[in-house]
Amino acid sequence: MQQLVEDLLNGSKRAAARLISLVENDDLQKIELLKEIFPHTGRAYVVGVTGAPGSGKSSLVDCLLQQMRADDLKIGVIGVDPTSPFSGGAILGDRIRMQEHALDQDVFIRSMGTRGSLGGLARATREAIQVLDAFGKDIILIETVGVGQSEVDIVRTADSTMVVLTPAGGDSVQTIKAGIMEIADIFVINKADLPGSEKTITEINMMLDMKKSDKWRPPVLPTISVRSEGIAEVWGALKEHRSYMEKSGYLMEIRRQRVSRELTEQVEYLVKSRIWERVKERFKLDSLVEKIVLRQKDPYSTANELLEQIKFYGENGKEGD
Amino acid sequence: MSSKKIRVLVAKPGLDGHDRGVKVVARGLRDAGMEVIYTGLHQTAQQVAETALQEDVDVVGLSILSGAHMTLVPRIKELLSKSGMDDVLLLVGGIIPEGDREELLARGHADQVFTPGDTLEKITDYIFQSFKESRDS
Ligand SMILES: Nc1nc2c(ncn2[C@@H]2O[C@H](COP(=O)(O)OP(=O)(O)OP(=O)(O)O)[C@@H](O)[C@H]2O)c(=O)[nH]1
Ligand SMILES: [Mg+2]
Repeated sequence: MQQLVEDLLNGSKRAAARLISLVENDDLQKIELLKEIFPHTGRAYVVGVTGAPGSGKSSLVDCLLQQMRADDLKIGVIGVDPTSPFSGGAILGDRIRMQEHALDQDVFIRSMGTRGSLGGLARATREAIQVLDAFGKDIILIETVGVGQSEVDIVRTADSTMVVLTPAGGDSVQTIKAGIMEIADIFVINKADLPGSEKTITEINMMLDMKKSDKWRPPVLPTISVRSEGIAEVWGALKEHRSYMEKSGYLMEIRRQRVSRELTEQVEYLVKSRIWERVKERFKLDSLVEKIVLRQKDPYSTANELLEQIKFYGENGKEGD
Repeated sequence: MSSKKIRVLVAKPGLDGHDRGVKVVARGLRDAGMEVIYTGLHQTAQQVAETALQEDVDVVGLSILSGAHMTLVPRIKELLSKSGMDDVLLLVGGIIPEGDREELLARGHADQVFTPGDTLEKITDYIFQSFKESRDS
């Protein structure tokens, strides 16, 4: 086994941190490392925290850490912030609100830039979760960017998802970003010290009650993170949702779907890289592009010809090698 | 395909309460393509070292205006070494008298010391240059 993975399993923080960097940087050893890590994963429970920028996600995570540590759970936190599409750089600031836990030996906090991913998570968040899972964390909290084009990524990644909203003030909750109502297992109305929180809670409850369902009914909970108020209730709801997910069999179901999706992605990735390797070995793509630009060829037949020539379709025109 | 980015922890250890300058530096480093972890005011030496460890940064930049640099910098350097992070580039910015600056550099407590007159460009160039050298060697 590679030394780093062995160190990770023995509890080395340095190894955990290095491994996350290696998967994040698409290091050449990435797949080998993930292979060795995989048998040691599957134990951690993954909680997503999403919501608009500035709604109080980091402050809430900070408060939840307190609760979870009181229950003696080991926690990993991944805070995602946006990478600038212009410079490729990022300011990762979620930690600011959590520094009280920086010296807790059983809390590991890691900041990630999205690095081009648009769904609210970083490109390598899932791999980082694997590392922290194998590292022995009981719960892994993921704070999303909150400005993702869609929140699909977090639902696909987390076992429970919390949506953090703030009092709409005079506005109606109808203005809440489309799609956010569907993804929450728990609604947190943070900044309940601001005016309008009662109204917001009532409206969300009404919206939820309009949908008839025998499944989990998300609770709507007020918090004031800056004063640690309402946090025990959120932690209680989280534990309830987890137990619901486990007992109903949904947890197994979503984990099966997740594995199936990851397997599909991995196959697609391998097929794609293999085909490109062979295409690039044999053809000068630049000159083909030139011909297409000059309208001497079209991209559709050219793609087909390339695949025919590397025998992608097999001898009889059937797929296969 | 490997896609490494330079990760920098920008920290304000000690008691002074000004973070305007350090935020300007953070934005400058971001605009130069780096990932900058900012941890806010009043960090202890332990918090800085622990954060550097968990975030696996390549550079630690300390902003110290309180005058406590001669104790804070060596302490942080020592803690970093203890957790196996000897090769982290340790940079200090602030109001540092020339004598102190020379001592910090001579003893290997810091890799470079910047003072308020230095431009952002000088800092980013220094970081890029250091990484170029470490890759070439
Ligand atoms: N009044 C009030 N302010 C709060 C509360 N919780 C958080 N805040 C403030 O809201 C601001 C944003 O808080 P964060 O926790 O950083 O919010 P966030 O959602 O993590 O922000 P991003 O990661 O930048 O999207 C801070 O200035 C907090 O002090 C609250 O309960 N009441
Ligand atoms: Mg945040």
